[in-house]
Amino acid sequence: MSDEDEIILDELNDEELTLQMHDDLYDGMKDEIEEGVHILLKRGWEPYRVLTEALVAGMTIVGHDFRDGILFVPEVLLAANAMKGGMFILKPLLVASGAPRMGKMVIGTVKGDIHDIGKNLVGMMMEGAGFEVVDLGINNSVDEYLDALKKEDADILGMSALLTTTMPYMKVVIDTMAEKGIRDDFIILVGGAPLNEEFGKAIGADAYCRDAAVAVETAKDFMLRKHNQLAAG
Amino acid sequence: MAHFVLQKEKIMTNALSKMLAERDWILADGATGTNLFNMGLSSGDAPEMWNVEKPENILKLYQSAVDAGSDLFLTNSFGGNAARLKLHGAEKRARELSRVAAELGREVADAAPRDIVVAGSVGPTGEIMAPMGNLTHELAVEIFHEQAEGLKEGGADVLWVETISAPEEYIAAAEAFALADMPWCGTMSFDTAGRTMMGITSAQMVDMVEKIKNPPIGFGANCGVGASDLLRTILGFVAQGTERPIIAKGNAGIPKYVHGHIHYDGTPELMGEYACLARDCGATIIGGCCGTMPEHLVAMRAALETHEKGDRPSLEKIAETLGGFSSASDGTDGNAPAQRKTRRRTRG
Repeated sequence: MSDEDEIILDELNDEELTLQMHDDLYDGMKDEIEEGVHILLKRGWEPYRVLTEALVAGMTIVGHDFRDGILFVPEVLLAANAMKGGMFILKPLLVASGAPRMGKMVIGTVKGDIHDIGKNLVGMMMEGAGFEVVDLGINNSVDEYLDALKKEDADILGMSALLTTTMPYMKVVIDTMAEKGIRDDFIILVGGAPLNEEFGKAIGADAYCRDAAVAVETAKDFMLRKHNQLAAG
Repeated sequence: MAHFVLQKEKIMTNALSKMLAERDWILADGATGTNLFNMGLSSGDAPEMWNVEKPENILKLYQSAVDAGSDLFLTNSFGGNAARLKLHGAEKRARELSRVAAELGREVADAAPRDIVVAGSVGPTGEIMAPMGNLTHELAVEIFHEQAEGLKEGGADVLWVETISAPEEYIAAAEAFALADMPWCGTMSFDTAGRTMMGITSAQMVDMVEKIKNPPIGFGANCGVGASDLLRTILGFVAQGTERPIIAKGNAGIPKYVHGHIHYDGTPELMGEYACLARDCGATIIGGCCGTMPEHLVAMRAALETHEKGDRPSLEKIAETLGGFSSASDGTDGNAPAQRKTRRRTRG
């Protein structure tokens, strides 16, 4: 611990501090992240720049190492918790400064499935990437998903299942949306340990995302396409 | 000394230890969820409710495993703990639904013409343990203990915790089983780059198991991402030099969605090869997990009976027979990609 005290964040220049914050996110150090955010803001950084260059860039490294089997759930939860500390400071400032909107996602684990670790990670990483996230928690029925999509005027629906017994329920949700003629109004991303790309396609989702980092990249990609389509139309 | 004799007596009087003493290998059962879906279980519903609502289907499930040649089957109580049943408003029924699951199992096992072990299935709570999550050790023990008592009342021969990711949860289950004074087995699910979701390697699991005060009769791996990965995990256990019986319960291939149903792509022939390779790797209790149907079990039994135990296979041989691995390393070979060197940690 005594060695850690040797790094004094306020004495680092902007570039060093940003890199140190990437390290501190990786190590899941919430207090240090909060301190770093305050320092950058004090130095006159726009909230959006703090978000993207210090936090999102740092979480991207965490996401990649999670994807590559280098970090596992405990480390990522710690990192996400540190990120949350930084976001808590930035959120009101981002709203006030009219930072660009990435899109809005409604996310939840399907009916019967209690596992929400993966879903929480996706939610946190999406927030970390600047998306608005409405988390419906676990055990969601078709109606709960549909009501939330409508109420929140969301762009993206994220569904998660971790059990063989619950994954077919995703298809129930998508089929119901198709029946109501609203399927194409939303980008539908699915994920969870027993799923794969083929399964995602077979149930009619837009994409299967194998982890939180891929979910963020996929969501960005689809939002860009959606904007391009709107611009072209 | 008297105490020791008593302990030893108790160990040998449970049906599983007796069977292990007499046999070189034991065929466990296959899938519960996949089989129940085929009987009309709706996705999202609690399979455990069928113990009381449609006991005839649960009896059929157990009977199908026995008829296919299983020596041991797991009860329909995987999600029968209070934390899981809460989703269905049935958290107060954990003990009852677990008891009935075991009673139905007892009925099938006692009527069978040969010895059958009834293993009381205990699945994960689904919660993250403290300090990262909200579930305290004390509460986890309480939840597992309640289910353990139900399974014991219903006549389970052993308790069987499965699909665990966190060592803390495995240890909490062990403590609960000691409170219920029941022999037990426990498997973890190695589904993330050869490790559990929480990053536990096969070697770390052996280390954890041997430190438990009331260690399991057998330990091992279930579910995960396919038969090849599962066997690599078994080789990882064996490399630690453990003498404890090893359990291999792999999925029958990879899930696919066909005509409105989940279908696993592993054929009975392939599962037969998997069963023999699992035995060659060093597993003594061999079964399937998701997607493993009675026809797979028949093929596995036939393969185990008609083939001699062979030499321990290499990873290449496993990949050749069952397909490649989901990751280059499982974290036990020294070749896993290393974590980023952060400045604070490098100094510390």
